[in-house]
Amino acid sequence: MSQFFLSLIVGIFVGGAAGYLGTLMLSRRMALVAGPLGHLTLPGIALALIYGFDISFGAFPFVVLGIVFIWLFEIRTKLPMEALTAVVFASGVAIAFLFLPIGQAEAALVGDISKVNLLESAISVVLTVFLFLIITKIYPKMVLINISEDLAKSQGIDVKKHNLIYLILIAVIVALGVKIVGGLLTAALAAIPACSARNLSRNIFQYAFGATIIGIISSSLGIFIFELTGFPAGPLIILVNAVIFLISTIFKR
Amino acid sequence: MQNDIILEVTDLSVELEGEKIINNLSFDVKRGDILTILGPNGAGKTVLLKTLLELLPYKGEIKWKKNIKIGYVPQRLPFIKDVPLSVKDFLKLKKPSQEGLKENLKFVGFKENFLDKKMGDLSSGQFQRILIAWSLIGNPQVLLFDEPTTGIDIEGEETVYRLLVKLKGERELTILLVTHDLSVVYKFSNYVICLNKQPICRGFPQEILTPENLRKLYGGEVKYYRHEH
Repeated sequence: MSQFFLSLIVGIFVGGAAGYLGTLMLSRRMALVAGPLGHLTLPGIALALIYGFDISFGAFPFVVLGIVFIWLFEIRTKLPMEALTAVVFASGVAIAFLFLPIGQAEAALVGDISKVNLLESAISVVLTVFLFLIITKIYPKMVLINISEDLAKSQGIDVKKHNLIYLILIAVIVALGVKIVGGLLTAALAAIPACSARNLSRNIFQYAFGATIIGIISSSLGIFIFELTGFPAGPLIILVNAVIFLISTIFKR
Repeated sequence: MQNDIILEVTDLSVELEGEKIINNLSFDVKRGDILTILGPNGAGKTVLLKTLLELLPYKGEIKWKKNIKIGYVPQRLPFIKDVPLSVKDFLKLKKPSQEGLKENLKFVGFKENFLDKKMGDLSSGQFQRILIAWSLIGNPQVLLFDEPTTGIDIEGEETVYRLLVKLKGERELTILLVTHDLSVVYKFSNYVICLNKQPICRGFPQEILTPENLRKLYGGEVKYYRHEH
């Protein structure tokens, strides 16, 4: 299978799933949290690059660690989550730059989809399909939790359990996202499609479906332009997303 | 528990982050009651409702009649505008049957084409009615209302009041209502509990809402006297 085709498939699946999950993150005002979590992956990516294993595997434990730290600090200090995220992610970036091989810094920061191999692609596809199914299953409950935890609890929804599932989903999508757009941009992969879709939608189906489609389109287009121009795919994907967002503001409903 | 008593609260105390919010409150609610919990802002009214829903930790005893279905209408849903929800999306979050959805929408006075409206575009009065429709899905026997008329214009307020009366009349619901609005008490309830962290007074509205009790409750002069209609 050609390298281009593999890149495209991974881009489509991860881009779509990130867009879909992003619709839940936006409504919880969590969009910004994914950003720092992306940065946190950098030490993991650095390790993966040094020892030559899949960067998603390197990234994942660091995201989980970051989430656990932020969660614990919040309970302990009652500082706002955004502030704590800043503390934790800056540390992640700092650690990464102590030993990140400078020649490979670009791949870590903005991603490199062009080297993804068949096994990695297969794993990404399987994981995103799982992700998709789980998001779909918890979606209505998460929406209710987003609107009001009390209302959700009064409906017998286990809010803590669902928040945990939700955080794990974010960790997985961030770990998958870094492969395509790198540690710096992975938050945007989830946040921008949701922003665009929200501008254009009148109900929850249009919102969720729209963000998924926008995620898929922007990843594919970005990878196509990368093939044509040779600019790095990660930034291109994010820029396509940004352009779609600009267009969506014109047609805002 | 007596047969027509659906809720028995004994020595209820709630403490949140080291602060006593509710202290030694006891009361019971009979089927068909419209009970108002009256008190100034910060008196612990919302906390009481949430505690009755077992959303908060408490000491004492809350005993609901077995297998009773409770509907809850929260005061505000500030985050609902974060999500582009249509009215239909919102009501469907409670998994109604097709008939249940239509029937309750009609009950609060909306036609079916209202389902496509965006929740974020509703007026506060319309929003409150949709919240009531939401709470009615699944045919609850008890409704807990948190400040049903706060932030609603007078016209919307009248509609909400009319709905409350209709609820009691047509569906034989028991209603627990939290408010700081005295007029609600006079118009609707047959029993009132005045709460300002401590229970201040309780009884039939016409008997216990004396200027003296109200002064105790609100901590100052309240110029509100009973209207005899």
